[in-house]
Amino acid sequence: MTPSAKEAPIRVLIAKPGLDGHDRGAKVVARALRDAGMEVIYAGLRQTPEEIVRAALEEDVDVIGLSILSGAHMALFPKVLALLKKEKAGKIPVFAGGIIPDDDAKRLRKAGIRAIFGPGTSLEEIVTTARKLARGAA
Amino acid sequence: MTRAPALPAAARAIVSGDRRVLARVLTAVENGDPSSVPIVRALYPRTGRAPVVGFTGPLGVGKSSLINALVGHLRARGETVGVLAVDPSSPFSGGSVLGDRIRLERKADDAGVFFRSMASRGESGGVAATTREAARLLDAAGFDYVLIETVGSGQVDVAIQEIASTSVVVLVPHLGDEIQTLKAGMFEIADVFCVNKADLPGADVAKRDLSDLVSLGTGRGGWAPAIVATSTADRTGIDELWGAVLAHERFLESSGRRIEEERRRLAHEIVGLVRERVGSELTTELERDPALRRLLDEVAARSIDPRTAANRLYESRSARPRRSR
Repeated sequence: MTPSAKEAPIRVLIAKPGLDGHDRGAKVVARALRDAGMEVIYAGLRQTPEEIVRAALEEDVDVIGLSILSGAHMALFPKVLALLKKEKAGKIPVFAGGIIPDDDAKRLRKAGIRAIFGPGTSLEEIVTTARKLARGAA
Repeated sequence: MTRAPALPAAARAIVSGDRRVLARVLTAVENGDPSSVPIVRALYPRTGRAPVVGFTGPLGVGKSSLINALVGHLRARGETVGVLAVDPSSPFSGGSVLGDRIRLERKADDAGVFFRSMASRGESGGVAATTREAARLLDAAGFDYVLIETVGSGQVDVAIQEIASTSVVVLVPHLGDEIQTLKAGMFEIADVFCVNKADLPGADVAKRDLSDLVSLGTGRGGWAPAIVATSTADRTGIDELWGAVLAHERFLESSGRRIEEERRRLAHEIVGLVRERVGSELTTELERDPALRRLLDEVAARSIDPRTAANRLYESRSARPRRSR
């Protein structure tokens, strides 16, 4: 019964930066990660990059998932990455999902977003990638 | 994942307000990581200072929203607050969705609030096995108050009273007739009853049923639980709610109950820790005992019953000379 005998659960923050009000996708992903045995801190809608980084640090998460549909990803995702770096937490991997054009996706990957999931990505792929990122194996 | 820094630096960092270290040590405590043990031990003398206020009650009554309102109330008065919000872990996958943060409104740079979500990790009773130690860390970190939100839960989830100095039971109108209030469990642990969503019809009836209950002499150690109506939608009653919490804290002091309660909780905790250790050692020992397999054959063949087998196994163990440890 000692918890240390088991592997500690992965803690993941799911947040939606910016102003769009649609979090159905984020909720579906949160549910899938939960069913994969992870502890999902669901921060919800309309989070500023500052709030997201603060939540990630307080909750001591292993990985962060950002969801965005508004088109503001080129402004908001790099801001989150920069703030993490500023807090010396640049090692926390960040993945993203939403409506992100291919060219933007390329640039965001270059900027440090570790994985980007567009519409139609299987939940299995998201779960597998999130787990690898959290365990430092991706 | 074993990132908890070693003593004494980590303990010092927590005391001096380093929230990152606090967050990491909380993770280590939650995971039962042995690296947390010396840190918790070193910080223990600095605990027992902040009132720990627990909020329990059925799911959906507004515990997260009330805590958010109280955080605002306390910050407006310049008080600092650490919050632990417990949500259930899935008995199937072990995973959880911790959603209490979405109610939190605060300035992103306000260092006077620390909010941490915890999964119950298989514990029934409304809190995680490690919530008590987590609350102590927040206490040692210097927050003026520690607020704990339990799993939105049922009638017998009363573990919060083993941790909190004041337990608030949150209810809403129309949860049931007054017979519900007579049942054992949740109603017995309230130091403060909060009828939330008091903007809805039926709040008066709920309050009246609770006053009837209180007039029958519930409450512990001569304290008659306060009854407060709140509405987080209208932002009413929050002052009164906090006033009732503080009144109970003052009562603990003036009546001498604080020390009594503390000793009762600590005795439970210490006995529980010994039981945990004895239990796990005994389990390992008995599972390896060759006598178990022989007895199992007999029980499976229905020649003896499980209780007889258990008695024999236990006695054969006590008869053996003890190994020295």
